Amino acid sequence: MITIDNLTLGYGEKKVIESVSFAVEKGEIFGIVGPNGSGKTTLLKAISGGQDVKEGSIEINQRSLASYHSKELAKIMAVLPQQSETAFTYAVWDVVALGRYPYQKGWLQGLTAEDKDIIHKALIQTGTEAFKDKPLQALSGGERQRVLLARALAQEPEILLLDEPTNHLDVSYQMSLMNSLKQWSRDRNLTVIAVLHDLNMASLYCDRVLLLDEGQTIALNEPRHVMKTDHLIHVYKTPLECGEHPSVPSPLITFVPEQNQENNLSPIDQLAIDRNEKWIKVTSPTRWKALSSAVLGAGFSWHNTFVNRHVHKDYQCDDVEEEFKHFLEAHHVSGTDVLGMMTAAMLEDGTILRSNEKDMNLLVMVTAGTSNAVDAARAHEHPSFVQQIGTINTWVFIEGKLPESAYVQALMTVTEAKAKAMHDEEIMDASTQTIATGTSTDSVMIAATQEGTKFPYAGTITPIGKVVAKLVYDATREAIVRNKRRRGL
Amino acid sequence: MRQSFIQRYLANNHFIAYTSVILFCAFALIISIGKGSVELPFSTVILIVLTEGLHIPLGVELDPMHINIVMEIRLPRTLLAMMVGACLAVAGAAFQGFLKNPLADPYTLGVSSGAAVGAVVVLFFGLSLPLVGRFTLPFVSIITGFLTLFVVIGFARVVQRSMSAETIILAGIIFSSFLGAFISLMISLTGDELRQIINWLMGSVALRGWSYVWMILPCFVIGFILLFFNRHELNALAFGEETARQLGVNLKVRKLMILLGATVVTGGAVAVSGTIGFVGLVIPHLTRLIWGSDHRHLIPLSMFVGAGFLALTDLVARTLLAPTELPIGVITAMIGAPVFALILLRQRKIVS
Repeated sequence: MITIDNLTLGYGEKKVIESVSFAVEKGEIFGIVGPNGSGKTTLLKAISGGQDVKEGSIEINQRSLASYHSKELAKIMAVLPQQSETAFTYAVWDVVALGRYPYQKGWLQGLTAEDKDIIHKALIQTGTEAFKDKPLQALSGGERQRVLLARALAQEPEILLLDEPTNHLDVSYQMSLMNSLKQWSRDRNLTVIAVLHDLNMASLYCDRVLLLDEGQTIALNEPRHVMKTDHLIHVYKTPLECGEHPSVPSPLITFVPEQNQENNLSPIDQLAIDRNEKWIKVTSPTRWKALSSAVLGAGFSWHNTFVNRHVHKDYQCDDVEEEFKHFLEAHHVSGTDVLGMMTAAMLEDGTILRSNEKDMNLLVMVTAGTSNAVDAARAHEHPSFVQQIGTINTWVFIEGKLPESAYVQALMTVTEAKAKAMHDEEIMDASTQTIATGTSTDSVMIAATQEGTKFPYAGTITPIGKVVAKLVYDATREAIVRNKRRRGL
Repeated sequence: MRQSFIQRYLANNHFIAYTSVILFCAFALIISIGKGSVELPFSTVILIVLTEGLHIPLGVELDPMHINIVMEIRLPRTLLAMMVGACLAVAGAAFQGFLKNPLADPYTLGVSSGAAVGAVVVLFFGLSLPLVGRFTLPFVSIITGFLTLFVVIGFARVVQRSMSAETIILAGIIFSSFLGAFISLMISLTGDELRQIINWLMGSVALRGWSYVWMILPCFVIGFILLFFNRHELNALAFGEETARQLGVNLKVRKLMILLGATVVTGGAVAVSGTIGFVGLVIPHLTRLIWGSDHRHLIPLSMFVGAGFLALTDLVARTLLAPTELPIGVITAMIGAPVFALILLRQRKIVS
C-alpha cells in the first residue's frame, strides 16, 4: 500500500528524518511513536504530501507520491488533523460536505445525491448526525474531533492518516475513536497510519509500531517487540516499566515518578503492629506491592494496611468481602486500602519474626492452626472441598525491589518452608494418617517496598530466598508449637 | 439556538436570499438616480432607464433634460458606485476566506494603497502603456496592488509563520502607511489641483462618466469569475491551507487564482474611485451573519449587497450636505471603522 524507502526529510540544512524505510500493508494499523522532536509529525506530513522529500521515496500503490494530482490523492488518502480551526461559522453538515471536494468535477457542479448519501453515512458512523445543523464552534472538543473524522470518512479514503488523534479527547472518546478505527480497518480494509503520543494506545491498537528517536528508526515491529523497557528508557529517558496488560495480550507501559525518601527509618521499622484477640493489624506510611490469596486485595495490588482477622471456626457468610468491609468500617479502618485475611486460629499463637542480616530487612508473620491439616499428595482421597477460613496465614514483608517472577519464587519458597515445618512438627492429615503439607485453607502474602536493593530471584538458595525460608520455617514451627501447647498436646 | 435556527432557515432558502438582494440592488439603483438637486419621481427614473438605457420602445414622452440627467450623470455614477461596491465586497469575502481572517479587506491588507500608488503614478504622469491603451490605469493599479499583496503576505509570514489575523493586519497597516506617504510625496511635488486629488484619494465616484464604467466592467467580470469558480476552494481554505491541501485543493494554482481574482477587482475599483475603505470588511461580514459562511453563496450575495450598499452610501455622500459633496470614503470609514472594532472584539472573545 505505502512503501517508504530510505526517506530523509528536513528543513534547510537540518535533517528531521534520516534514512527511514518501512512499508505499510493494506488494512494495517501502523503506529508512529517517539518523543517530542523525534520527527514523527514531519514524517506523517510527508506521507500526506505536505513536506518536500530530501532523499529517498514515498510510494503509494507502487506509484510515486509526487505523481498524484491533488484531488486524486485526496480520494485515496484522508488526514484527521489534531484540530482544524476556522474563524467563520460553518454548520457541521457543511464541514463534512468538504470531504466530497475531491469528487467534484467541473466548475459548476454541486453535490450529487450520491455525495449527500455518503455525507449522511459519515455523520451516522461518527455519531455526529444529531448535531449536523449546529455550528462547529458550538461543539465540545470531542464532538469536533468526530466531525473532522466524519469529514475524513466522507473522502472515502483507503488510507487514513492521524496526527495525535486522541490529544484533545478524554479517555472515553479516545477509546471509542480507536475502537472505531480498529473496526473500520477490519471491515473495509482501511489502512491507518497514526502518530500517537500515548504508548499504551499504540500498544493496544496498532498492528505494528515504528519507534523514532531524533529522526532515526529505533525499532519497527509488533508492539510487544517494540515496547521493551530498555528501548523506551533509551528513547524517552524517563523511568518506566513495561508489564503485561491484565486482560489483553499487549504490553502495558507504566511510568515511575521520582521518589523522595524523607524518613531515615527503613520501611520495616516504620511498620506499626497492632495485636489483640480480634486482629493483627500492620500499618505502613508507604504502600507495599503485595501478591496474595487474601480475602480483600488478592492478586497483585498495593496496600498500606494489612489485617489478619480472627473469626470463629464456624464463620459462614454469603458475601465474605462485603462482611469484611463492614467489619473494618465498624473498627474505623477504610476498606479500600486494606489487604485482609481471616483465620480461625488463635491470634495469641501468632509469631512475628524479623531478620537481622545486613541488607536483608524482612518481617514474617505466621498464625497457625492445624485442625484441618492436609497431605497434598493424598488430598484426592479427601471428600469434596468445603471453603473455610484460613488456618495457616503467612505474611512476608521484604524491603527491596522484586520483579513479579521473584514474587512467584518467594511464594514457592514460603510454601516449601511451611511444608517442611509441618513435617518436622509431625502434623498428621487426620483422614489419610500421613504427614500433612499444609491445611486446606492456607493463605499467603508476599509484600515488597519496590525500593532500594534489587532482588531479581527469590528461590530457596538465593540470598533473599534463604532468609525467607529460614524465617518462615522458624515462625511456622513456633506458631504450631504454641498452638499445640494451647490444645494441650 | 434560536439564532442558528434562523441562520439555517435563511441559508436553506437561497431563492429568498437572492431575490431579496436583487430587489435591494434595484431599489438602491432607482432611489440613487431619483434623488439629487433635481428630484425625479421613481416612475420617471424607471421609464428612462428602460427606454434609454435598455432601448425598450415604450412610446412615452420624456423630458429631454431628465433623460440627460439620468443618462449622462446619475446612471453612470450609480452604476460605477454599484460596481465598485460589488468589487470591494467580493474582494473582501475572498481575502477573508483565503486568509481565514475576518478582519481582512483590500483596505486593511494594503492592497488598496498599493493599487492607489499605481493609479496616482498613471494619473499624474499621464502614462499610457502600449497594448492596454485606455486600460492603462486599472492595469497598472492591478499590478501594483498585486505586488503589494505579495509583499504584505510575505512579510507577515516572516514575522509569524502561523500568520495570525492580527499579524496580517499589522503588516497591511505598515505597508499602507508607507505607500500613503509615497502618494502624499507625489501629490506635494505635483502641487496643483490639490483638492481634487485629495477627493480622489478619499474615494469618490463623482463626475466619472461612462468611460470609467467601461473601465471597471472587465475587471469586475474577470475577477468575479475567477473568485466564483474558486468558491469550493475558499470553503476549504477557510479551515487553513494544510486542511485545504489534505482535502485535495491544488494549492499552488488555486491560491494564485484567488489572489489574482481578488486583486483584479480591487485594482479595478481603486483605479476608478480611489481608496474606499471598509466596504470589503463590512459587507461580507454582514452577509455572513445573515446567510452563513458558505462561499458558494457568500461571494454572489456579497456582490449584490456591496453594490446596493455603495450606491446608497454615494447617495448619502452627495445629498447629506448638498450642494457640498462628501467623499464617499468618509462615509464608509465612519460606518466601517466601528464595525471593524466590533469584529475585532468578537474575535478576541472567541479566542479567549
